[in-house]
Amino acid sequence: MDIVSLLIQTLNAVQYGLVLFLLASGLTLIFGIMRIINLAHGSFYMIGAYMAFGLSSGITETLPAMIAVGLILSFFIGFILEWVFYAFLYQREHLEQVLLTYGLILVFEELRSILFGNDVLGVAVPEALAGSIPLTATLSYPVYRIFISAACLIMAGLLYYLIRHTRLGMMIRAGSHDRNMVQALGINIDLLFRIVFALGFMLAAFSGMISAPMTSVSPGMGNQVLIISFVVVVIGGIGSVGGAMVAAMVIAFADVFGKLLVPAYAGMFVYLVMALVLLWRPEGIFRKG
Amino acid sequence: MPDALLETASLHTYYGTSHVLRGIDFKIQPGETVALMGRNGMGKSTLLKTMLGLVRPRLGHVRIWGKDMTRASTHKIVRQGIGYVPEGRGIFPNLSVRENLVMASRSGPDGGGHWTLQRVLETFPRLQERIGNGGWQLSGGEQQMLAIGRALMTNPELLILDEATEGLAPAIAKEIWRIVREIRDTGIATIIVDKNFAALLPLVDRSVILVKGEVVYDGPAKDLNAQRDFVHQHLGV
Repeated sequence: MDIVSLLIQTLNAVQYGLVLFLLASGLTLIFGIMRIINLAHGSFYMIGAYMAFGLSSGITETLPAMIAVGLILSFFIGFILEWVFYAFLYQREHLEQVLLTYGLILVFEELRSILFGNDVLGVAVPEALAGSIPLTATLSYPVYRIFISAACLIMAGLLYYLIRHTRLGMMIRAGSHDRNMVQALGINIDLLFRIVFALGFMLAAFSGMISAPMTSVSPGMGNQVLIISFVVVVIGGIGSVGGAMVAAMVIAFADVFGKLLVPAYAGMFVYLVMALVLLWRPEGIFRKG
Repeated sequence: MPDALLETASLHTYYGTSHVLRGIDFKIQPGETVALMGRNGMGKSTLLKTMLGLVRPRLGHVRIWGKDMTRASTHKIVRQGIGYVPEGRGIFPNLSVRENLVMASRSGPDGGGHWTLQRVLETFPRLQERIGNGGWQLSGGEQQMLAIGRALMTNPELLILDEATEGLAPAIAKEIWRIVREIRDTGIATIIVDKNFAALLPLVDRSVILVKGEVVYDGPAKDLNAQRDFVHQHLGV
């Protein structure tokens, strides 16, 4: 493999890893802080992708406008979902959480079918980002993929800043440790958790939104990313956002280079990596407390 | 008589089938310092938790500034002006000392904000030295200072200290008592639970003694000195 293809594959892996990170960070936040197993997280990704399709077909003119409207809309949907469904799950068993969130997958799939049908849809790459950067006479790299990486990095940076350096982040971290004490300091923990959930939803939907022009927008797309998101969360250490970043990169590189080097076993390569990591560290790379 | 800062009326609290509080009437006025005494398992911590809504009573009422808050959520109750230092301190180990203080900061119920980060650090120079350390790195005494400092950051009218000096070395405990006196002198009302009666009694205006979930004594702290047999019987000192 020459150096240019290696570069291309590396860029692909980084881009895939960053998208995976955004997905998994929402999942790990919701699980780590609220202790909820959210099987519907893949559906949130799907909702983001269909939102991109819906918004880009005539409602918003430009990509920044689409992203802005999509982010606000998804935060709002997440906020309502927590209020109506997830708020009742905190004191429940994992089995009941799995049942409700699986039920939500079915509801979301049905709603998607009613609203958009069952065909595979496409979202056009915005014109400004549609070009490619030529690397050699025959190889080039699409600008939109670089844009995805950049957008994910910005999102990850904002997330890091929010959690590490704002009062809201301090409250969230405190709440993940001792719910009652946070309440006893006069903080509305229900509202706090609702915001965390809405953020998790927003991150998943954002991943779906910006990935839509690269992948097809299709039924069942959420289920494919759900499994791999859980793999990332488990490898990274449940509840650890930093761990999710490392694990997302490990999985993305394993996937991209696995397909390249051992194409016959590509499907299981990622799970092999997971098994090895868990043998080495059963609690994940960044185990918590 | 004006409304009490906090008042409980025939409060009954259960843990499952165990009847922990059996009709507690308790009252504290603004600026007053009250010792809540009794042996282990007599219901002191449960009474404090019931006041704060962390445990729900089966019967009875909790009123704050005369307003019924029995069923209100905990954050609404403490926002009436209560700073809570729980047994075991409740420090967030995953936050730094500074973050533990800053996350709790808010103005008091009257909008007043005398307790700033700077003033808390002046009161607890030890915390200033450890400002960047994680909560998990602190000694027991430092944790207690942090828990009190964090409660002060909410600019309370009433400070509740459960087991103020439990498990602390005598020198550190002395420092905590000095701070409690300082806080009392600023006019903040305080409810203190502690086993060291010799240190506690000179500090408080009034003592309340609980036995098996009932109030057996509620009166001036100094009167207890004359009733050694009574004190010995109920507190074992």
